[in-house]
Amino acid sequence: MSQSSTKPAVQDGLAFERPLNELQTKIDELRSLSSGSHLELQGEIDLLEDRLKRQTAEVYEGLSPWERVNVARHADRPLTTDYVTMMLDDFVELHGDRLYGDDPAIMTGLATMGEHRFLMVGHRKGKTVKDRLACNFGCAHPEGYRKALQKMQLAQKLKLPIISFINTPGAYPGIGAEERGQASAIARNILEMFALEVPIITLVIGEGGSGGALGIGVGDRVGMLENSYYSVISPEGCAAILWKSGEKAPEAAEALKLTSKDLLRLGLVDKVIPEPLGGAHRDQKGTIANVRVQLSEWLDELKGIEISELLDQRYRKFRQMGVPVEL
Amino acid sequence: MVANDMAWTRFGKKKDMPGGLWIKCESCGAMLFRKEFEQRNRVCQTCNYHFTLPARERVALTIDEGSFEEKWIKLGAEDVLDFNDRIPYREKLEASRKKTSESDAMVTGKASIKGIPCAIGVMNFQFMGGSMGMVVGTKIALLCEMAAEEGLPVVLFACSGGARMHEGAVSLMQMAKTCGALQRLHKAGGVSISVMTHPTTGGVTASFSSVCDFLIAEPGALIGFAGPRVIATTIKKELPKGFQRSEFLLEKGQIDRIVDRANMRNELARLLAYSTGLDPVAIYKAGEEKADGEVIDGQKAVAADAEVTTKTDKKADAKAKKADAKAKRVDKKKAKPKAKAKKV
Repeated sequence: MSQSSTKPAVQDGLAFERPLNELQTKIDELRSLSSGSHLELQGEIDLLEDRLKRQTAEVYEGLSPWERVNVARHADRPLTTDYVTMMLDDFVELHGDRLYGDDPAIMTGLATMGEHRFLMVGHRKGKTVKDRLACNFGCAHPEGYRKALQKMQLAQKLKLPIISFINTPGAYPGIGAEERGQASAIARNILEMFALEVPIITLVIGEGGSGGALGIGVGDRVGMLENSYYSVISPEGCAAILWKSGEKAPEAAEALKLTSKDLLRLGLVDKVIPEPLGGAHRDQKGTIANVRVQLSEWLDELKGIEISELLDQRYRKFRQMGVPVEL
Repeated sequence: MVANDMAWTRFGKKKDMPGGLWIKCESCGAMLFRKEFEQRNRVCQTCNYHFTLPARERVALTIDEGSFEEKWIKLGAEDVLDFNDRIPYREKLEASRKKTSESDAMVTGKASIKGIPCAIGVMNFQFMGGSMGMVVGTKIALLCEMAAEEGLPVVLFACSGGARMHEGAVSLMQMAKTCGALQRLHKAGGVSISVMTHPTTGGVTASFSSVCDFLIAEPGALIGFAGPRVIATTIKKELPKGFQRSEFLLEKGQIDRIVDRANMRNELARLLAYSTGLDPVAIYKAGEEKADGEVIDGQKAVAADAEVTTKTDKKADAKAKKADAKAKRVDKKKAKPKAKAKKV
């Protein structure tokens, strides 16, 4: 490949969506045309819709890891807040870490979903520009992790299971974050989550960015949405270090084996939850319905396990990840 | 001895000559005579900068001579990702194993420090930047499990750039594995001591090394979650002086103590004594071969909390010399097979 400096820093990871979107626009146009006149266009529309379906399936089947990373980051992808409003029947948000502040990048609260009650913890990315800035695009500070821990310990007291939604590019890298012990806040959460005497379910709904993800990511069941990713470092960061060039992010994404399929194969997650055709951003309701079914199933399953057994299983689960060989 | 060997191999190349006999201090720029520098356990005599110490030297410097019972020596990483960033991970592993004569980035085992038995794990920065992958994670878990079972305290020396990218999410999960193992150790009543040395960053800071019962750091060590360069580019501001250094962490309440390398063995023994119900004063004096003056010196040093100062002082100097002598003796024994391997 030529090294032209006029190229954008990293190739457009959503270029594959363009033909699909064009087709969709065409269908929408025909539809408005047909409703506004006497022309009979239904046959044509059906044909195009059929084609769109086939093409979407084909494109999504063959996505590269880097393209999937971009789907995971898609602006229309359902966020934690969408699950709160669309999946839950009740939600009482609880704020603050009792030590320093209230980090909007992690939201916590008591939740009801059908017959289930639990503590909901999740990274918050924000919908509007203002929200996104306030949430640092889902990059939490130590107070976010400490808030999560304080609420999780409350859940333990209330004997409520914990459901944690992971969606972060990574923990926030800043002066304040380091001063207040970003590393120790994450490490403390990981350690304490092994001790919490209630069932924990964690689900990667978009970006599973490194320690910032794992900081609320120790669970008895760990799931990933089909087009989410979970990685030790962002593809951009990895490319900058190992390839000495951020432009190599697609190569890094490939090498890191960060897709849901890869993590399942490596035995690092229990299940991949399917997304509707063409990704979660095309059908938020469908995605959220799939998640709801899976969560209910897991909540029922975990209810039956004795706590000491559950804690043993939780440790053994992570203990067997990455087994060295004898040289 | 090992490093001297390296100096000789380098000696043949003209441009490397200064690197062979002299070392420039990374911190103050002073030129240090290599032999003297090594005798001082890689601490700059001008500014007290603590250079990264190879794992075997650290072990020798810390434990009682001849007490080391190494465990899980042969555990090696598997390239489960088939990772390739121009050079395949497999080849990098092979090269690192050859270069260091170690199987991976951590040395673990049982030992005693001033007569107190403990489980000890030391990271080796020379092996792929001390990065934590499946081997480091598993060895720490095994160490904690053994310690819990046998009622031993655990001492962990961190020295690492973070998680090993070449093992992808598998290396990320080692953060969970090590914290889970420590949680179970603590629940069983076991005590853990973490010593963070230059550098300790990323997934290693954000896991086992930050959740031990005691958090110790060597002076001037870079300790943090995100690297300073990443932070500077994110916030587009200059970082404050001394940011993410041990002294900064102490000031911000993130660590218990800063301890000079020359005092480390004594300090660990004191904490281990408190942790195991032994008399710290007796332990402190134990093993000090005669020279009453030096023992008293050491006690003064403790009273004055001299470990916070980063400048060399006489007390540390005296200690350093003694520790040097001890390390040298152990070194002679241990370094022989290693030196041979180096030549290959």
